[in-house]
Amino acid sequence: MVLTISELHRSAGGRRAFWWLMFLAPLLPLGALVTSAVEGQLGADPAQTIVTTLGIWTLRLLFLTLAVTPCRRLLGWLWLQRYRRMLGLYTLFYATLHLLSVATFILGWRPDLIGYELSERPYIIVGFIAWVGLVPLGITSTKGWIKRLGKRWQQLHYLIYPISLLALLHFAWLIRAGYGEVLAYGIILSLLLGYRIAYRLRR
Amino acid sequence: MLIKKAVDIRSSEITPESVYRQRRSLIKALVAGGALAAAGPALALGRYDLSEDAKRYPGPDWLQGKLRAAKADDGIPNEPLTPYPHVTGHNNFYEFGLDKQDPKAKAQGLVTDPWSVEVAGEAAKTGRYNLEDLLKPHALEERIYRMRCVEGWSMVIPWVGLPLADLIKRLEPTANAKYVEFTTLHDPAQMPGQRGFFSTLDWPYVEGLRMDEARHPLTLLAVGVYGDALPPQNGAPFRLVVPWKYGFKSIKSIVRIRFTEQMPAVTWNQTAPNEYGFYANVNPNVDHPRWSQATERRLPSSLFSPNIIDTRMFNGYADEVAHLYSGMDLRKWF
Repeated sequence: MVLTISELHRSAGGRRAFWWLMFLAPLLPLGALVTSAVEGQLGADPAQTIVTTLGIWTLRLLFLTLAVTPCRRLLGWLWLQRYRRMLGLYTLFYATLHLLSVATFILGWRPDLIGYELSERPYIIVGFIAWVGLVPLGITSTKGWIKRLGKRWQQLHYLIYPISLLALLHFAWLIRAGYGEVLAYGIILSLLLGYRIAYRLRR
Repeated sequence: MLIKKAVDIRSSEITPESVYRQRRSLIKALVAGGALAAAGPALALGRYDLSEDAKRYPGPDWLQGKLRAAKADDGIPNEPLTPYPHVTGHNNFYEFGLDKQDPKAKAQGLVTDPWSVEVAGEAAKTGRYNLEDLLKPHALEERIYRMRCVEGWSMVIPWVGLPLADLIKRLEPTANAKYVEFTTLHDPAQMPGQRGFFSTLDWPYVEGLRMDEARHPLTLLAVGVYGDALPPQNGAPFRLVVPWKYGFKSIKSIVRIRFTEQMPAVTWNQTAPNEYGFYANVNPNVDHPRWSQATERRLPSSLFSPNIIDTRMFNGYADEVAHLYSGMDLRKWF
């Protein structure tokens, strides 16, 4: 009676249905944010709410992307592999919206402020570098690029590890008080990266 | 054919003659007095057009009459008030949580009457006071001030309170009193933020001012906002308001006032001395190490007009307070 997700992926219809689910689910946080904005429910400081929400979802999607490989190997979720690119591209998508919302709602596209933030603020610089690093990964995520780069494709995409550390640092540097949340994210990231180190060492 | 319509004015919109005459005499009195500061109109109930479902805070009986008798402030030209729901629903009060929605969500149970205040240190009139007794001789007045948060947002808020200088005078500080230290209530049972594990702040929250800052006529002890009593999330029953300093200097829900010869060890300065100085004057030229202080978002900002304005020296109060710091290197004493 119970249909597992891997069984679902055996039929074309099942694959298509699940693809749509995986395609639409990451849009929910954005949808909720847009709905709140339209209804004027973002509070007194909508700029901050939007920037923070987009930022935290970038980090969550990045972690989900990084969770694909361990889940595939440890839980045998082979079907998950086919959604890794989608999750990675959603990470870039949210990171880009996050960056644009900072430029628009916090800095008002004022060149003096943008120049200043990008040259003087360590946490902004770190976050910006992380975004810049994501861009080539997004561009080279197509089948054509995977073929063209061959072995070097994997090497290039190892960039996601330093990027994830920069993203966490970007988050941690923003905190004024109360490190509980950053600690939780830090533990998750150490598990995700630690698993890879352990996997390498065992082989 | 022209048919004349009935005059389209409801009787409720017509000002009764008595009110009309009152207004006239009020204006006359103002003109005759020539000094707005001396004889402003009292804070009338309903002066602020708050929506009907706004949660109001009438305050204890002993305070209500005083609030109503408070002298009104005309406000800051071209800087409209931040609306009531934002003033009372978006602020930092880490005793109730780290999010700006936490204070309103979690402070409603705070018992603020009766309230006991300890006066200690270098003063003649030390001891424990009931807040009602402490404030009894003082008339209240409204003060519409800018509030600039160190995080980069700001508001314009109509406080009601008394000049701190007036209270200090009654407490008779000694010649040794160089600073005033304030302490917020420490009560983890009522303040969930004080129960947190990962907070970097040490409770209770402590703030302080140099004596001349404390005695400055702009420095206010607020007991109300928007004509009502202070809501618990805004620091009921009484708090400091120092409009030329970053918001965290304006300590809330005060239980202790101590006069001292030494510069008090204040909470944010103790937590991150390279980020928060004792003075914490609003200064667009001295950045917080992690973000710029050159501009601010005046709330409510909307997405279509983020309302980004340049931050002004001493939050726009330089004419009044710059002399307090003449000769001081404000980069060093940030």
